[in-house]
Amino acid sequence: MKLIKSIVRPNKVDDVREALEKLNTPGMTVTEVRGHGRQKGHTAVYRGKEYNVSLLPKVEIEVVVQDEVADEVIKAIIAAARTGEIGDGRVFVMPVEHSYNIRTGERDV
Amino acid sequence: MMDTVGAFRKAGLVLVVLTILVTGLSTAAQAQEPAAPVESVEAPLPAAPAEAPAAEPQPEDEYRADFDALVESQGQYAYAFEFFALSMVWTIICTTFVFIMHLGFAMIESGLTQSKNTVNILFKNTLIPCIGLLTYAIWGFNAHYPGDFNGFFAFGSPIGDLNADGGDTFGYGGMALAMTGYGDFIFQAMFAATAATIVSGAVAERVKLSSFLIFAALLVTFAYPWVGSWHWGGGWMGSLNGGNGFKDFAGSAVVHGFGGFAALACVLLLGPRAGKYVDGQVRPIQGHSMPLATVGAFLLWFGWFGFNGGSILSASPGPLGLVITTTALAAAAGGLAASLASWVSSKKPDLSMGLNGILAGLVGITANADIVSPFGAIIIGLVAGVLVFASVLVLDNLKIDDPVGAISVHGTCGVWGILACALFDTTGGGYTIIGQLTGVVAVAAAAFAFSLVVFGLLKATIGIRVSSEEETEGLDVGEHGMEAYPHFQTAREN
Repeated sequence: MKLIKSIVRPNKVDDVREALEKLNTPGMTVTEVRGHGRQKGHTAVYRGKEYNVSLLPKVEIEVVVQDEVADEVIKAIIAAARTGEIGDGRVFVMPVEHSYNIRTGERDV
Repeated sequence: MMDTVGAFRKAGLVLVVLTILVTGLSTAAQAQEPAAPVESVEAPLPAAPAEAPAAEPQPEDEYRADFDALVESQGQYAYAFEFFALSMVWTIICTTFVFIMHLGFAMIESGLTQSKNTVNILFKNTLIPCIGLLTYAIWGFNAHYPGDFNGFFAFGSPIGDLNADGGDTFGYGGMALAMTGYGDFIFQAMFAATAATIVSGAVAERVKLSSFLIFAALLVTFAYPWVGSWHWGGGWMGSLNGGNGFKDFAGSAVVHGFGGFAALACVLLLGPRAGKYVDGQVRPIQGHSMPLATVGAFLLWFGWFGFNGGSILSASPGPLGLVITTTALAAAAGGLAASLASWVSSKKPDLSMGLNGILAGLVGITANADIVSPFGAIIIGLVAGVLVFASVLVLDNLKIDDPVGAISVHGTCGVWGILACALFDTTGGGYTIIGQLTGVVAVAAAAFAFSLVVFGLLKATIGIRVSSEEETEGLDVGEHGMEAYPHFQTAREN
C-alpha cells in the first residue's frame, strides 16, 4: 500500500475529492495547513507596519491505496489540482506497512 | 415516535391560536363598553350625593388617587413632574447604554489580541465593571461629588438612601440634574469603571492578573473620583478659563484622558510584549478576530450615544438633539479619516485603524458635544482620526507597546477633545487654549503619577508581568487554566 500525501490549493479540494470518488478510493484525511515551495508570499500590513506572509494556506489530502492503483490515483490528483501557476502544490508517496480497520479489526483490506 | 412529536406540535399550535383568539376577542369586547360620559362644565350640579346609589368607584378614580399622591410627593416641584420623570427615564436608559460599552471594550480588546490570551482579556473586562460599581457605591460617589469641600480632595463614604430628603424629586438637581439621587449615582457609577477598562487594553497579553486587578481597583476607587471631583465635583478647575470653568462635557479628560495616561504609565513600567520590537524592527502581532473587534467598536459607538446623550443630565430636547448629532458626526468623520490615513500611508486600508478612528472621533467630541456645530463636530472627528493613526505609529516607533491603541484613542484624542472646546465653541463660553490645556494636563499628570506610584509599587513587590514562559504559552492557560477556543473536543459520550 502507498500513502499518497497531496498538498493542494484550498479551492482545488473539491475537484480532487471528486476525482478520487470516481476512482472509488475508500477514504481520505484532509487537513488545513500552511506552507510554501517556490511560491513567494505577499506583503501584508497591520497597524501601519508591513510584514511578509510566506506561509500560505493550503490543504493536505492523505489517501492510502493499494500499490496497483497508486499511479492512477496520483495522475488523477495532479490533473484535478493543477492550474499551471506556481503554488499548485506537491504529491508525496510513501510506503505503508499495514492498515487496520478499527471497526472490524481487518488488516490490509 | 415521530407521530407523537408531531401530535404535540399540532396541539401546541392549536393552543397558541386559541390563546390569541381569546385574548383578541376579550380586548375587543372591553373596547365595546361605552366610555364614561365626559362631565360638562355647564351642566348643573347633580342632585344631592346621598341619592346616588353607593356604586363601586369608577376605575379612573382609583388610579387617579394614586397618581395624584405620586405627583404630590414631589411637593413644591410637582409642576415639573413630567419633565422630571422623562429626564429620569432618559438617564436610566443612558446608564444602560454606558453599561453595554463594557461589552464593547471586551470585544474590541479580544479581537485585537491573540486567541491564547482571550479568556484573560474577557476576565479583566468582566471584573472591572463589577469592582467599579461596588467601590463607587462604597466610596467613589461621595468622593466624586462631596458638595462643599476644599476643591482638591474629599474622603469618600458609602451611599445612603438617595431617595431621602427630596432626593426623589425635581428639587434634587433642578434643570441641571433632572434625576433622582439614585439616578445620579448609577449613571456616574457606570462611567467610573470605563476609565479603568481603558488600561486593560494597553497592558494586555503580558500583565499579571492579580497585580492588574489590584491596580484597577485602586484606580477606579480612589483616583477616578479624586480627579473627577476637581471638575464635576465642583473643585478647583471651576476657576479655569478666567472663571468660566474647565469645559469637559462628558469626560474627554476626566474619563478618557485619565484612562489613557494611566495606561501610558503602566505600559512604560510593564514593557512591550516579547518579540514585538526586535532588531530595531516593529513586528506586527495580529489580533485574532476582526469580527469581534468590529462588534466591539460598534457596541462602543452605540453606547456612546448614552455616554454623551446622558451627560446633558436632563431630557432637554434642544441640547439632546445637538449632542446626538455631533456625537454621530464626529464618530463617522473619525472612522473615515483614520481609514483614509491608513490607506494612503500603507497603500491598504486597515480595518483596525478605521475602528480606532471611530473611537477617536467619539473621544474627541466627548468634551464638547454640546457646544460645537455639526460642522465643528466633523472637523473634530477628522482631526481625531488622523491623530489616532499618527499616534499609534509614533508610540510603536518609541517602543511603547499598546496592543489595542488605547493610549492613542483615549490619551491623545482626549487632549484633542479638550483643546477643541476652545477652538470650536459656538456658545461664547470663554474657553481658552491655556485654560483647557491646564485642566487636561493636570488630569493627565495626576492619572500618570498615581499609576506610576501604585503600579510601580506593585512591580517592586509582587511583580506586574507574567513569566516569559507563560507569555509564550498564553495567559489563558497560565492565569486561568482555561482555553478560549478549545480545539479538540474530546468529551466522552458515556
